[in-house]
Amino acid sequence: MFGYEFMREAFIASTFIAITAGLVGVFVVSRNMSFLSHTLSEIGFSGAAFGILVGISPLAGMIIFTLISSIAVGSLSSESSRREASISAISSLFIGLGILFLSLSSESSSYATNILFGSIVGISSHEVNQLMILALFVIFIFIIFYKPLAFDSFDHVGARAAGLKTRLLSIVFLVTLALSVSIGAQIVGSLLVFVLMTLPAATAKYLVHSVPKMILVSVGLSLIGVWLGLYLAFVTNWPVTFFISAFEVIAYFLGLSYKNWKLSH
Amino acid sequence: MIEAKNLTKRFGKQLVFENLNFKINDGEFISLIGPNGSGKTTLVKILMGLEKGTDGTLKFDQKQTIGYVPQFRNIDLDYPLNIEQFIRLNLKFTFSPAKRHDDNELITDILNKTNLTTLKDRPLGLASGGEKQKAYLAQALLNDPQILILDESTASLDVEVKMQLMDLVQELNQKYHITVIFITHDYELTQKYTQRALFFKNKTIEDVAVKDISKNMFEMEG
Repeated sequence: MFGYEFMREAFIASTFIAITAGLVGVFVVSRNMSFLSHTLSEIGFSGAAFGILVGISPLAGMIIFTLISSIAVGSLSSESSRREASISAISSLFIGLGILFLSLSSESSSYATNILFGSIVGISSHEVNQLMILALFVIFIFIIFYKPLAFDSFDHVGARAAGLKTRLLSIVFLVTLALSVSIGAQIVGSLLVFVLMTLPAATAKYLVHSVPKMILVSVGLSLIGVWLGLYLAFVTNWPVTFFISAFEVIAYFLGLSYKNWKLSH
Repeated sequence: MIEAKNLTKRFGKQLVFENLNFKINDGEFISLIGPNGSGKTTLVKILMGLEKGTDGTLKFDQKQTIGYVPQFRNIDLDYPLNIEQFIRLNLKFTFSPAKRHDDNELITDILNKTNLTTLKDRPLGLASGGEKQKAYLAQALLNDPQILILDESTASLDVEVKMQLMDLVQELNQKYHITVIFITHDYELTQKYTQRALFFKNKTIEDVAVKDISKNMFEMEG
């Protein structure tokens, strides 16, 4: 399998994607932002289509769109019910825009399915390098902001009471979220990148009870998911995204059952 | 010592309170009482630097740190962190093994002080109301505060659990000389634990000795 260059590239890229998604996911879940991460991936689709239309790379288009919109959504409203509604309005608009951009550009529709559903063959070594740099940047930001970000994400009220600059932390987090969504969409596809950003972390929450352990379990589960997915996709020629989401969903329900079992014993 | 001189706060045109004058001495245990919306929490926010007074001054020794235990927290049944890990959120990041060792000792000490040692591995989401309040208190104690502010920490607790929590706070106050500011709507607790009350009424405050605190000061509406 590793005799093929594209598989080697796909493995390296997925490894970095899984690490960032697993890491950022712990904070997405604890900040109750699963829905926002889903919306960001749809906005990312639109950004990628825009990139194709104007002749910049899809990844660059994605990053531009997700960065702008994550900051916009984050500052939109702190009232959660209103934010939910605003987010769904924005997400519909961007899916529409994405479809428009694609139909205006001359690229074939296979490009669109790659962005939406993910692909293991579509990634070049140049793109792998870009992904790695972006992923390392995200990890670096998390190391610097780890303590305050964990405090704010797991106890927002306490963090404010302790005098942390929670607004700044929120912006830092949204920027890294936008980058991680853009990175992840390259292999997993923008429709399902949020699977990696939420499910492994949600599973980890049922299994362990400290932030570092949650990060370890979450990253571990996303790594197993993408590696297994790539291997099975290679063997069966079925889409990689199917295997990844199937694995993560099964792991999630096992985790949930484990928690319920533990509660009843 | 905390000292307010002619402290006034307005939100836009709306007056919250005006010309507050009071002193709180180091090591005192006082309560802030008065109807909802009378400005108790606003005063605390000014003290913590989260809001600014519109006029007048509120001074205290800037070397003193404040520990604030907020009223509401979003901790549901699925909340993943255990009690010790929840308290640890308030620690600063460090690479230094010596500092880490100190942090561990500090955590052990605070778990002891708050009687949480045997409960430290319990997920906070599954803890009882009283255990949760103790955990919130313990987290605030990590910064070694000289001033401790409790914002209606006993509001949702059973009588017995309330007393346990307040006994604990009283011990911290007496043993470690921590100034305690207790925001409350509970007549019995102010009688039993606090030394005097600042009573918020009609946009200002009255300094009330414990023996003069009366039940009708706890009517919720102004």
